[in-house]
Amino acid sequence: MRHIISLLMENEAGALSRVAGLFSARGYNIESLSVAPTEDATLSRMTIVTSGSDDVIEQINKQLNKLIEVVTVMDLSEGEHIERELMLVKVRAVGEMREEMARMTEIFHGRIIDVTDKTYTIELTDTVSGLDNFLQAIDRSLILETVRTGASGIGRGDRILKL
Amino acid sequence: MKLTGAEIAIRCLQEEGVEHVFGYPGGAVLFLYDALFNQDKVKHILVRHEQAAVHAADGYARSTDRVGVAFVTSGPGVTNAVTGIATAYLDSIPLVIISGQVPTGAIGEDAFQEVDAVGITRPCVKHNFLVKDVNEIANTIKKAFYLARSGRPGPVLVDIPKDVSNQKAEFHYPSTVSVRSYHPAQHGEVGQIKQAAQLLLGAKRPMVYAGGGVVLSDASKQLTELVRVLGFPCTNTLMGLGGYPATDKQSLGMPGMHGTLEANMAMQHCDVLLAVGARFDDRVIGNVEHFNREKRKIIHIDIDPSSISKRVKVDVPIVGDVAHVLGDLLAVLHGSKQKPEQQALAAWWVQIEEWRGKRCLGYKNSDEIIKPQFVIEKLYEVTGGDAFITSDVGQHQMWTAQYYKFDQPRRWINSGGLGTMGFGMPAAMGVQMAHPDATVACVTGEGSIQMNIQELSTCKQFRLPLKIVVLNNRYLGMVRQWQEFFHGNRYSESYMDALPDFVKLAEAYGHVGMRIEKPSDVEPALKEAFARKHDLVFMDFRTDQTENVFPMVPGGKGLSEVILAEEL
Repeated sequence: MRHIISLLMENEAGALSRVAGLFSARGYNIESLSVAPTEDATLSRMTIVTSGSDDVIEQINKQLNKLIEVVTVMDLSEGEHIERELMLVKVRAVGEMREEMARMTEIFHGRIIDVTDKTYTIELTDTVSGLDNFLQAIDRSLILETVRTGASGIGRGDRILKL
Repeated sequence: MKLTGAEIAIRCLQEEGVEHVFGYPGGAVLFLYDALFNQDKVKHILVRHEQAAVHAADGYARSTDRVGVAFVTSGPGVTNAVTGIATAYLDSIPLVIISGQVPTGAIGEDAFQEVDAVGITRPCVKHNFLVKDVNEIANTIKKAFYLARSGRPGPVLVDIPKDVSNQKAEFHYPSTVSVRSYHPAQHGEVGQIKQAAQLLLGAKRPMVYAGGGVVLSDASKQLTELVRVLGFPCTNTLMGLGGYPATDKQSLGMPGMHGTLEANMAMQHCDVLLAVGARFDDRVIGNVEHFNREKRKIIHIDIDPSSISKRVKVDVPIVGDVAHVLGDLLAVLHGSKQKPEQQALAAWWVQIEEWRGKRCLGYKNSDEIIKPQFVIEKLYEVTGGDAFITSDVGQHQMWTAQYYKFDQPRRWINSGGLGTMGFGMPAAMGVQMAHPDATVACVTGEGSIQMNIQELSTCKQFRLPLKIVVLNNRYLGMVRQWQEFFHGNRYSESYMDALPDFVKLAEAYGHVGMRIEKPSDVEPALKEAFARKHDLVFMDFRTDQTENVFPMVPGGKGLSEVILAEEL
């Protein structure tokens, strides 16, 4: 099953490689991983999207907690949560496709953030599957480039991951 | 007064009460060695290879409850140390390794003797640090000792660039340390402990399975009391030998691949299993699916939550320090009016005695040729069962674990998790340094001993009177055994050809060498060797080439699918 795990860790060189190394050394899946400092400059927040049986997910949580630089871990999938991912897509946009692409962008609540006479760059923020849907909805042959940040997640309401 | 980074590091060790460090100098640690030279509180033992430095520090730690310390230089110093660090990591041994690094300005430039020490050791340390600021050295070393010895112990590496070791700062050793992300459990959860007590008191076929955690937590007293109060059978893993006295009738010996029939059958058929500081690893449980076929309730006490329900699902997990949890469990049991199920327990013991009656550790002795098991039995007799015994890895290790009855913890020193050949002699050096007057023997094979044979030189320099017992069968015996059983007798590269004359080799290093070829000479040779209190004696026992380790649960099989020795 797919799980989205959030953690706070020391904002130190090497902390990221400890987490990444743990996943490769123990053979766990990483679908995506995103990390950036928080409002507390000593902490980074990481969101990991992974998948595995309940036993594997339990081990992943325990092993993450065991890393000295990991301060706290929360499996967001265990409760109500919101996830979002940012995607930038550069598409070929000429002739009648200029109109079509603009319309699709609007339907998916995206924004065109860069325009040339042959291309658009579209910004979209959605769930992982929402972004996938967009890519499936447009003509694949028109996609020049995509870049995605990986999912970020946050608990709903009172579910707060903080020190 | 300001001190250099190197001086600060040495002062930190003094503050930690470190008396011995094992190491090897080099370019990046010159300032550290200079600081060492100018004091006499911390004694340095110069090894002949960095792997041995770490194993020696490891043996030192295992035989005491102290943190072992090693110094290595950058580059090859660190890479040579990696095997030692991984060995300690797999067995949860507290070490602090201080490594030199190239100067900060040269890091990342592929400088001479540069490796990414923190990167290369990351998967086999509890934690590691690169210290880039001289003002951080004291605090980092304090943290390193704290992390190494607390919680589930393990090795911690502190990498110090050469320029940092020569910069100056005020020295202040912090009296306390806290790491906000690290809070190892001490006491187990009370409700869980009560639940465990209930299960134990209601058990009809109980079994206690105790691992290395009992030794690491110095919990033998509590374990022994618990087992005796309950009247239950107890098995101790390879890492846990000595945690419960092996000569006691409630001890069923070791479980696992080369464990006793009675221990394995009781593990398989019990209805309540109390696992204490053990981790259900593949060499103990074998095939998990087969193990799970029998229904039983499992209580698991361990300080590391990630050890719980990793391979085998448990019913009552208790996270905490083994000694504390056992103490609390005993208090609950003493306070309970309920007593163990005597009738069921008696019937269970009848069953266990039937298994034990098969005498699975029997072997056919010979007047012609030395049987390796016989050497270990005689070693046990001659040392009165009271020596520190280290071993390398292979058949000799298993025979020692089977035939030397360890009644005390921290007496049996071996590489259980990583299975590192070359561990035995350097580990014995560390043990002897920690216990100068004790009898220390290293049981090894002609394969393993050659992996760190150069340490005979260290033993000479530091007058370490080890007794080295080589079970020399001219084969990598365990490899040969598997080739005989599972690879159609094709002994691919397992014959140790062109062996040195070990007697002359020992003599060349300035020690005493003996070659023993007849069974009748075994006991006199051992007596003579152990009587030489101040000499290192290297005993080359020429043993039966065809002997195999039994019982054996083949890899991937279940605990009851055991191969026993041929009928006697």
